[in-house]
Amino acid sequence: MLAVAKDVTKSFMGTKVLDNVNLMINQGDRIAMMGPNGAGKTTIVRALLGFYHIDSGEIRVNGADPIKNRVDVLKHISFIPQLPPPVKLSIEELLSFVEKSSAISREKIFLESERMDLDLKNQLNKPFFKLSGGMKQKLLIAIALSKKSNLLIFDEPTANLDPKGREKFYELLTEIDPSCSTLFITHRLDEIEGLVNRQIYMDLGKVVEDEKI
Amino acid sequence: MKNLLLIAYLDVKESLRSKWFYVYSVVFGGLMALFFITGVSDSVVMGFTGLSRTLLIFIQVTIIILPIFILITTVKSISGDRESNVLEYMLSFPVSLKDYYWGKMLGRFSTVFLPVFLALILGVVFGMLKGGVLPWKMIFLYSALLFSLSFVFLGLAFFLSTILKSTDIALGASFVVWIVLLAFIDIALMGLMLQNRVSDDVVITLAMLNPIEVFRIGAISLFDPELTVIGPVAYYLLDTLGSTWLIVYAFVYPIVIGLLLSYIGYIAFRKKDLL
Repeated sequence: MLAVAKDVTKSFMGTKVLDNVNLMINQGDRIAMMGPNGAGKTTIVRALLGFYHIDSGEIRVNGADPIKNRVDVLKHISFIPQLPPPVKLSIEELLSFVEKSSAISREKIFLESERMDLDLKNQLNKPFFKLSGGMKQKLLIAIALSKKSNLLIFDEPTANLDPKGREKFYELLTEIDPSCSTLFITHRLDEIEGLVNRQIYMDLGKVVEDEKI
Repeated sequence: MKNLLLIAYLDVKESLRSKWFYVYSVVFGGLMALFFITGVSDSVVMGFTGLSRTLLIFIQVTIIILPIFILITTVKSISGDRESNVLEYMLSFPVSLKDYYWGKMLGRFSTVFLPVFLALILGVVFGMLKGGVLPWKMIFLYSALLFSLSFVFLGLAFFLSTILKSTDIALGASFVVWIVLLAFIDIALMGLMLQNRVSDDVVITLAMLNPIEVFRIGAISLFDPELTVIGPVAYYLLDTLGSTWLIVYAFVYPIVIGLLLSYIGYIAFRKKDLL
């Protein structure tokens, strides 16, 4: 078992955002997580990444608590946020951060970028936030795919990509090691249907449907 | 440690590209240049002239603008990253919260302290070129006092940045703290004393707790060992502590408060939701 959330509850200002959520992610799971806005999808992902202190319940990722052992837990997770953040570092500096903090090879990032039709080498001094939305997203995808992780979490990763970029992205996903698990937060199941083997539907902070495809 | 230095280095690089850093450097460097261009160093006030006069004015201006500059530019460092989701991405990498927080603080300290320190050195160089005597003791003590003043406001900024989730509220809180501390430097304290509404002990305690007042007393005591140019509170402190202990207190107290505030900020960063 790669990650487990057991009876997890989390409230913000008195509103329950996660209500006794139980979720298990096994090795090789390719999950599409869906649900309306405010269903708790991003909250459960953030809790798995150790950003939130849950009110009750238990979360384990690779057997460890993501709050107490965040460094160990995050070594094995790749994450792509919904919108690329306005990081002010230059691409060179961002790569340096990623390389040194997560032992990711720069060459591997260049390689993945090229496969996404992103020319990184000529833009190393450019601040990340000055790239176009699509380019930023491609770089984040290249970084995530270059990291040796056993769980990839994508929060609507293709929101900023043009149709060609999406196609390339999905093509790259087909090459991911089968033992690696993926969790997509998405509103468009049709786009990733061939890439997932399980779908989870959340609503009002609860998992209301969890089935194999 | 490796990641802490990496975060500090990246924060310095990021600051060096920011507009606020240029404004900040130009203000302090420009002020010093302005003092020499306008002939401040040649004027005589209360017996101070030359380099001493320039440094005295520089310190007086620093008392007012350094705290607010540090608060405005730093209070957004964590709350701003949180709001813009930069924190979410950067902390999705295996970096400990300790390395991230203290690395940010180390980087930001370098970028707020160095321009003020270099402006001080610039003033000394100008003064030397005009034929002054190199005041080693003064340079050393002023650098130390600037260091501690920068540190206490950096600690305060990190504290506010961590406990307040909204950048706007953190900025507002910074202004309030700055205004309150500024209001309670010597002149307001003298007013309180004259009115006799509160006991003298309270006024003295207020003075000793206010890092801006502590810095002011420490800095001016270098020029004016009798502290005749500022009010009775400073005079009382000098009389009670003696000049050496007054300087030691002016240097150590802000650092202790800065450490305390930044540590509370760190605990909040660890114990509260990151986003």
